[in-house]
Amino acid sequence: MKFLRLILAHLLRSKRRTFLTVSSIAIALFLFCALRTLMTSLDAGIRASDATRLVVRHAASLVFPLPLAYRDRLERVPGVERVSWGNWFGGYYQDPKNQFTQFAVDPVSLFDLFPELLLAAPQRETFLAERTSCIAGKALVAKYGWKIGDVIPITGTIYPGDWRLTLRGIYTASTPDADENTIFFHWDYLNEVMPEQRKNWVGIYWVRVASPTDAPAVSARIDAIYENSPQPTKTETEKAFQAGFIQMMGNVSLLLTILGSAIVFAIMLVTINTMMMAARERTTEIAVLKTLGFGDGLILRLVAAESMVLSLAGGVLGCGLAFLLFRRLDFTAGGMIPNFRMLPETLGMGLLLAVSMGLLSGLVPAVQAARLQIAGALRKVA
Amino acid sequence: MALIPLAYNLRNLAARRVSTALTALGIALVAWVFIFTLALAGGFQAALRTTGSPNNAMVIRKGSTSELMSILDRESAAAVMSQEEIARAPDDTPLAAAELMVVWNLPRKSGTTTNVVVRGVGPKSLALRPKVRLAEGRMFRPGLDEIVVGRMVAERFRNCSVGNRLKLAGRSWTVVGILDAQGTTFDSEIWGDVELFMPVFDRPVFQSLTLRLRDPSYFQALKKRLESDPRMSVEVDREDEFYAAQSGALAGMLRALGLFVTSIMALGAVFGALNTMYAAVGARTKEIGTLLAIGFSRTSVLASFLVESVCLSLFGGLIGCLLALPVRTFTTGTMSFATFSELAFRFQVTPGMLLAGLAFSASMGLVGGFFPARKAAAMPIIESLREA
Repeated sequence: MKFLRLILAHLLRSKRRTFLTVSSIAIALFLFCALRTLMTSLDAGIRASDATRLVVRHAASLVFPLPLAYRDRLERVPGVERVSWGNWFGGYYQDPKNQFTQFAVDPVSLFDLFPELLLAAPQRETFLAERTSCIAGKALVAKYGWKIGDVIPITGTIYPGDWRLTLRGIYTASTPDADENTIFFHWDYLNEVMPEQRKNWVGIYWVRVASPTDAPAVSARIDAIYENSPQPTKTETEKAFQAGFIQMMGNVSLLLTILGSAIVFAIMLVTINTMMMAARERTTEIAVLKTLGFGDGLILRLVAAESMVLSLAGGVLGCGLAFLLFRRLDFTAGGMIPNFRMLPETLGMGLLLAVSMGLLSGLVPAVQAARLQIAGALRKVA
Repeated sequence: MALIPLAYNLRNLAARRVSTALTALGIALVAWVFIFTLALAGGFQAALRTTGSPNNAMVIRKGSTSELMSILDRESAAAVMSQEEIARAPDDTPLAAAELMVVWNLPRKSGTTTNVVVRGVGPKSLALRPKVRLAEGRMFRPGLDEIVVGRMVAERFRNCSVGNRLKLAGRSWTVVGILDAQGTTFDSEIWGDVELFMPVFDRPVFQSLTLRLRDPSYFQALKKRLESDPRMSVEVDREDEFYAAQSGALAGMLRALGLFVTSIMALGAVFGALNTMYAAVGARTKEIGTLLAIGFSRTSVLASFLVESVCLSLFGGLIGCLLALPVRTFTTGTMSFATFSELAFRFQVTPGMLLAGLAFSASMGLVGGFFPARKAAAMPIIESLREA
């Protein structure tokens, strides 16, 4: 460490170059963190899932509903503790661009199935009592500036018409990955407005089992009941259900990985180039150091340490900025990406990347410097 | 004004081979990412934009933002069919088709599952879509358990080759043909007989009705009449506009992501170019002094270094373009929000995108070269000549 000052003096010799190199490394690692956070944000639903929660849907796809009559039968299936149900409403608020999730649910069983939804007791009571009321997530309420008591007009696309829901509660999520961007309203209200042939159909059922180990057996039991009915079911854990959604997105993660690698590789080239240029300019100095008795090994370490300091500085700057932005400040890209939160492991990966970038980019110049012949190098001065 | 010959710059770039190559490669990768994201968004958009025809109109239920959410009963469909703006088939029946659309969860060849659009079509459906042709096998026979699948479905999903049997709605269907829809969304669909699908899928209603207009100019009149008809509650759109509108949200998101990534990445590459050009200027102090001494103006020196930087980045841009050409062959599938099912498409690399990539590279060189070039031009002659 006694050579730290020497390393710093070298780096500060060309302040501009050091600044530019550190900045470009910081930029690369900032982008890396941003892309990885985008990737992990897509998986937030998987992380938020509860291992004792099963999702029952029509075997063909979510588009097909299941009869309401399944509810009572599901409650009698051995291993099932509680059943709740809901319909994806698929409407929009004021403009088709304002898309967020609305679910028509059974307000009583909802909170048993989803204990992570926190709602103050008085708000919960008014929500339960009022048929045309709804509750909305904190993030969503903040985005549109709603207040309790506001009537929120939602235009239905699956269920036509303008629906006016009175906001009676604002829920928060007890886990960071759970969604705070949904509106829940009364399934009974939706059902009563529907024409006769569309009454009593349920989009999905949620089922709670006693322990995660019961999940496979209970799923198989449920699916066996309806196997040969006109509406066969597919029961899976909430985690598998969420993973299915990610699968439907296609190979998004592969595309993001390709982009991320290209960025990191591009900046590595830039760093290697800078380190080589820096070493070339200092040929004489290194020769002088060697004349003074610095060994080859020490020179190698000094030059390598220099690029490590550069990379680490860039890494701390870039990853730190990303961490601040994507974690502390609740950046959501204008609400486009809810749950956009950088994971600590991404920070770790970014810093690790910075270290390996420092190692790799310092390698060639360090070896060159160590191999430098004193006489030849000093002669260049003339 | 005497200009410093271009050969001087090119020889200089060649003299610092390693440094030139590394900087150019860095720029090449930025250009590649730039073109890659454009090609991704462009391919997705092209699939939807080329799907419809301006000669066709589509009727769905009022207020539905997509076909999937629409419901059209038989009475409404019959009323629409009787409109006189609809072109006639050779047998004097209206050239129109009421269709059913459901989405079905199927396993991909990779083992993951996703939704696929299953469309019940009528006798006129094929004639209404001139881009859709039979590529292999034959068309399904109405009333039989036969289906045809789009080219992308055949490529990407299990049991979807001609002769395979596929299970849908509790029945086993024989795949008898493969449709080539020339990159349109129909490539990602499965087609069968609508009259058979209705009872089998337990759906007594249609989702949409597509019709050929006798003349594209009749559209407004037809739209006005149908949308104000009290017997039905429908919305009429031109078919091409209907599909093009579906690409908006996702294509916009892809472009925004691409723009975000490439603009930040470009900043990093510009820093790299700045470093390289500053080093070039620093190493050539004496040369610059000489150039100024023998009478080249300061503007010429400025221009010369700018040209050198632009050459360097254009070289990188060219490599980026070459690397981006194979991207054309990539196909990928993603979930289309409008159909809630997979839309497979080919990346699209257009000459415009390549040119944009080159222009983008050149501007990186211009920015990265400007400050070093200004430094070179401002060099005091005597001191720079004295430099070791």
